[in-house]
Amino acid sequence: MNEGEQIPELRVTPDRYLPHRYAGASGDFNPIHIDPEFARQVGLPSTILHGLYTMALVARANTAAAGGDPRSLRRLAVQFRGMGLPEKEIVVRGTVRAAGEGGTLVDTEAEQDGNRIVRNAEAELTPG
Amino acid sequence: MAEQSTVVGKGYEPFEYEVGREKIREYANAVGEENPVHHDPHAASGAGFRAVVAPPMFAVVYSSGAIVPAMFDPDVGMNFAMMVHGGQEFAWSDLVYAGDTITTTASVLDISKRDDKTFYVFETVSVNQDGREVTRGTWTNIERGG
Repeated sequence: MNEGEQIPELRVTPDRYLPHRYAGASGDFNPIHIDPEFARQVGLPSTILHGLYTMALVARANTAAAGGDPRSLRRLAVQFRGMGLPEKEIVVRGTVRAAGEGGTLVDTEAEQDGNRIVRNAEAELTPG
Repeated sequence: MAEQSTVVGKGYEPFEYEVGREKIREYANAVGEENPVHHDPHAASGAGFRAVVAPPMFAVVYSSGAIVPAMFDPDVGMNFAMMVHGGQEFAWSDLVYAGDTITTTASVLDISKRDDKTFYVFETVSVNQDGREVTRGTWTNIERGG
């Protein structure tokens, strides 16, 4: 990967029940993710995605860009902004900011419906 | 709310988590990690790994038992009604495998105010059964108002 190069886009449309499966897998059963009635009571449009689920998509996109070896992702820092929703496509995009012997830095973001739900994400990948 | 400056640096009881192969598979399915080394022991050993490999973000699963008590500590005093998960960082060292025992220790790294927001930053350090570090996490929660 060279400086300025884009990593392959990752496009995922989480289905309506994805937050339930992620809740079970992660142990985070906050009702804003699994109970539409509760979510609406606290002013949300409906259930929202777990931020750490969206971060996992950012991790996937970067690992895939590095060739798929799970050791290639050394560090990932993200900021959560806005909220992700089920049943709408998420697009993860990244641009190589720096590439050298110490590793590769990729600026990444996750966007949904024009809303950047993960921004200023920085991934550090093993060299190569 | 407690005097928050005194809580910075506070550490919590280590939390031990035994990594199950099927838990890794469940997590990998939920986030769409399709690499067979996260699903199939034969694929994992064929690729040179000693067991099924946890995807990097599986860190959330084995560290949650350590971070949740820290976040709910009344000495920290977060107001959950006004709180959002603002940022997250993980730095990975050794891989985590099915069968590992991961011990995670959480601490309060920083509490700071900017404009009308309070930033609560926690750190988790996770080590495996050989005492080798596997993950370091930085968890940032933002509370509005107050």
